[in-house]
Amino acid sequence: MAEALRLNRAGAAHALVLEGVSRTFGALVALDKVDLTVGAGERRGILGANGAGKTTLFNAITGDFPSTAGRIRFFGEDVTKLAPFERIRRGMRRTYQNSMLFRGLSVLDNLYLACRGVSAGRFSFIRPRQDDAALESARDLAHAVHLDGVAESLVSDLSHGQQRQLEIGMALSGAPRLILFDEPAAGLSPAERRDLVQILSALPRHISFVIIEHDLDVALRVVDRVTVMHNGAVFKHGTPAEIQDDPDVQRIYLGGKHG
Amino acid sequence: MSWTATGAAPKPATPAWMKTIRPQHVLVLLFLIAYPLVASPFWTVQIGAQSLFLGVIALSLMFLAGYGGMVSLSQMTVAGVAGYMVAVFGTNSTHPLFGWPLWAAVPIAIVIATAFATLIGIISVRTAGIYTIMITLAIGVAAFYFAQQNYEIFNGHSGFAGLPGPVGFGMDWRAPMPFYYMSLAVAALSYLAVVYLARSTFGLTLQAIRDNARRMNALGFNVNLHRVVAHAVAGLIAAIGGLLYVWMNGRVSPGTIDIGPVIDILVIAVIGGLRHPIGPFIGAVLFVLMKNFAIDLISPERFNTLIGLIFLAIVLVSPDGLLGLWRLASDRLKAAGLNGSTGRQWGNNSWRNNNGK
Ligand SMILES: Nc1ncnc2c1ncn2[C@@H]1O[C@H](COP(=O)(O)OP(=O)(O)O)[C@@H](O)[C@H]1O
Ligand SMILES: [Mg+2]
Repeated sequence: MAEALRLNRAGAAHALVLEGVSRTFGALVALDKVDLTVGAGERRGILGANGAGKTTLFNAITGDFPSTAGRIRFFGEDVTKLAPFERIRRGMRRTYQNSMLFRGLSVLDNLYLACRGVSAGRFSFIRPRQDDAALESARDLAHAVHLDGVAESLVSDLSHGQQRQLEIGMALSGAPRLILFDEPAAGLSPAERRDLVQILSALPRHISFVIIEHDLDVALRVVDRVTVMHNGAVFKHGTPAEIQDDPDVQRIYLGGKHG
Repeated sequence: MSWTATGAAPKPATPAWMKTIRPQHVLVLLFLIAYPLVASPFWTVQIGAQSLFLGVIALSLMFLAGYGGMVSLSQMTVAGVAGYMVAVFGTNSTHPLFGWPLWAAVPIAIVIATAFATLIGIISVRTAGIYTIMITLAIGVAAFYFAQQNYEIFNGHSGFAGLPGPVGFGMDWRAPMPFYYMSLAVAALSYLAVVYLARSTFGLTLQAIRDNARRMNALGFNVNLHRVVAHAVAGLIAAIGGLLYVWMNGRVSPGTIDIGPVIDILVIAVIGGLRHPIGPFIGAVLFVLMKNFAIDLISPERFNTLIGLIFLAIVLVSPDGLLGLWRLASDRLKAAGLNGSTGRQWGNNSWRNNNGK
């Protein structure tokens, strides 16, 4: 009861609210007082040149590299001081730009770990049974990200594209409420990109996500709004159409990229 | 092949664990059972039983280091705590305190030693690599001086002598043959428990944490809590090994947990290999044989030099100890023959290949 009341106050309608979030690495200000609000069910794109602080923003949100200043609320709850595993158990998920998979394990075992991490029985001293709920969820996830054919293969034997799909599968474990995708399309072939867009579009509408994506064909097809970052700070918010036509954005990002 | 693949298959007639038994396993078991029937008491106890229980203590280190990536130097200290507690709560001839019967003193000793190991875990899990080694060594050294300087409870530098061994079923379990079989039973059970645990959910998560703790945290695992639990499990194993250790001689003193024995456990585990639970036992046999027979070749003071050189040689040639050498050799043979089956590094090939019973 008290929990529900507390959650209802202070913007429970928003999946994510960042207020003045900063992150420094020594003298380097990688994230500079970022304010960001992502509504429940919203899909947000993040654009920005290399080194703009996009991945650092994700690390601050999940707590991988905690913010050094500011406040982060997740569905109304202040999670600024929580360890990553506590944020994950509350429904936050992410993928990594550089592969963080268990290469010596099979696809299914990786998915099993992801499902186990957000369910009970993490300390079980017995071996998982065939009808273990987490194992069954893992099989479902393998299907959801089109990997059932290679479910038994070791991750190290997968193609780059399949590894990216597995990253996404692991982020879908349990009951995600907000997923952070860090450049999921990087290095994918056009066919794999279409596959990715299909997987992202098929996500249930109540799941919010934030996606870092350079490829506008991918990003603009799946997001509602776009945030552009520059030098660790938020440069501009807008709809995909506004951002695409914005001359300032062209200059710092799109222009810079082509020129 | 993987356990995850057998879901739809009909229930096999033979349980999965039976299929993993090979002829060489049966041969080793038969040898271990028949051994004291032909060996002299010296070979039965000093060599046989001692290798078994030193292997058990080193196994606890293998579990922590091999699966958890945590090299703890205080496993002998945990074993010593169990030995000290069984002397304090049970009976002894030098400094009687509680005088409880063994059936009461043994569980208490195991519980206290395991709690002590858990505490070491809580203190050391926030450190990594060389710092874990340093902090656990510091704890071991502190425990040594504490035992040596405390007379009220630990009877100072002379410690306790005249500890009775277990009796029961009309047997004196300190007699050579019963003591050997008791050590063999403890070693076999500890070994099987670790083999089983390696493929349990806890074992899998522990190995995944070893490989990428940050990722496991971001999958919802309380990484430090898993590490502490691993210390508790290893502590339980070390404690049981420690009881056999003090029963063999009927004494426990600061010398039992001095820096020498503490390092010996590391040497045994590393010589044998940290990749598989059989490694510490192989290391223990080699160590005990050398400790007893190096004297015939060199002067006793040179033993540490010799063991140090062998340690260095093995670590330099094969970071995975004798087990690694063995695997290297058998891979060469296979490569020369039919198929060069690559030995996967993860969890000794283990987690994926059980049938999830
Ligand atoms: N762990 C770290 N340690 C030191 N500097 C870092 C770390 N992570 C990121 N940075 C720095 O922060 C800046 C932003 O990096 P990043 O967030 O990865 O950019 P993006 O994802 O937008 O390409 C870069 O200058 C990068 O070098
Ligand atoms: Mg990045």
